[in-house]
Amino acid sequence: MIDVINLKKNFGNVEVLKGINLTINKGDIVAVIGPSGSGKSTFLRCLNCMEDPTAGQIIFNGVDIADMSVDINVHRRHIGMVFQHFNLFNNKTVIENIMLAPVHVRCQELKKAKRKKGVDKATLPTKKQIKEEAREQAMNLLKRIGLEDKADVYPATLSGGQKQRVAIVRALAMNPDVILFDEPTSALDPEMVGEVLDLMRALAEEGMTMIVVTHEMGFAREVANRILFMDDGLICESGDPKEFFANPKTDRAKEFLSKVL
Amino acid sequence: MANFDRKVEKFIDILINKNGYVQVLEGLQNTLIIAVLGLIIGTVIGTVIASVRVMPKYKTLPKILNGICSFYVELFRGTPIVVQLLIFYYVLLPVIGIKMNGVDVSILVFGLNSGAYISEMMRAGILSVDSGQMEAGRAVGLSFFTTMVKIVIPQAVKNILPTLGNEFIALIKETSVVSFVGAADLYVAFNLIGTNSYEFMVPYLAMAIIYVVIVLIISFGIKMMERSLRKSDRRN
Repeated sequence: MIDVINLKKNFGNVEVLKGINLTINKGDIVAVIGPSGSGKSTFLRCLNCMEDPTAGQIIFNGVDIADMSVDINVHRRHIGMVFQHFNLFNNKTVIENIMLAPVHVRCQELKKAKRKKGVDKATLPTKKQIKEEAREQAMNLLKRIGLEDKADVYPATLSGGQKQRVAIVRALAMNPDVILFDEPTSALDPEMVGEVLDLMRALAEEGMTMIVVTHEMGFAREVANRILFMDDGLICESGDPKEFFANPKTDRAKEFLSKVL
Repeated sequence: MANFDRKVEKFIDILINKNGYVQVLEGLQNTLIIAVLGLIIGTVIGTVIASVRVMPKYKTLPKILNGICSFYVELFRGTPIVVQLLIFYYVLLPVIGIKMNGVDVSILVFGLNSGAYISEMMRAGILSVDSGQMEAGRAVGLSFFTTMVKIVIPQAVKNILPTLGNEFIALIKETSVVSFVGAADLYVAFNLIGTNSYEFMVPYLAMAIIYVVIVLIISFGIKMMERSLRKSDRRN
């Protein structure tokens, strides 16, 4: 589903990613681990072009999205992203956070459809219908994470774990093909890590493709079906989690694991 | 103080019996129209400029737009408003052959002028919004401008509302120079009363009081607005 070919990223003169090659298949749950400064987050942010790659290709569903001439917004709708600091829209209520993008995208499509000639306008949904549908979908998502009673409050009133779970279902509301997680539990109280990881585990079991930058080694070992160990802008080691944690091949990975486990 | 009483009587006489209040009301109306419409035009221009100036600049078009916007801001901040009024009224508009009355020119110039100032406030406001908000909007597939309009600017406006109120108050007071281009504002009205009675003390005092009252009303309005916009911050 995603083919990364010789991906490079420079920030000024600093070479952060030095040529990454990787193929991610549908249903993969990839845990990206490594020391800080190794380029994990940058790599993840390049996958949906939050950071524009300096060189290389990212083929997502057959299209090179690293190419600056493609409309990245269209492709990003199929790539969910969850941030370390949640980044819920502060000026929107919880349910509006979830509905915003689906409603906007469908309304845009509606506008385009209306402009086309020879389309029977009666078959098109109205804006109101779109909104109602999105609200229902958002409510179902909120029920799933047990926060339906929080639908109309602002994010400022939620706890960290609640915010992150809302952020995850916000990504889900677009029905993405893959979700990128950028250290989703690093900003949480230890108590709240569990509820977020449980939701992620449930998603994994449903077959969602996930790429997770994480420091949660337990999660990486149990849930991921593939580990990427990054160091110094390169993928140092990749493979089956159990094997990686039991006997890492490279010295760098051995050193890293001895410190974190 | 008997002298002062006489002056007040004279002023009231002109104001009420000789229809001075008509001019005052007209002047008040013009002052408010120029300030309010100026603020609206200024906010629109300012928001657009600020959005352009915070755009990522690795493509050519944003760079060019950014250059134009900087030039605009520097131009309007670099000249006094009176000079801008005179230039528009006596130079620019006659040259392109548009006829406008004093009030319309004033609205235009005050709008353009405050646009330059508001753009810088708005830019500060936009920069004060956590960059994660923009990232989150972009990550769900919204465009830069959609995210700006729906997410970032509403939060930015909330942050800069006190300064925006300042700008509005400044605008109200600055309108007192529009008589340079023949617009009849509050100053013109009271000046006229003064000229008719050869007595300026009371009319100018009354003018000052009216300005203070307007500004007090505006401050109160801003406070109310801020309170309603802050509701997303409250934890109840």
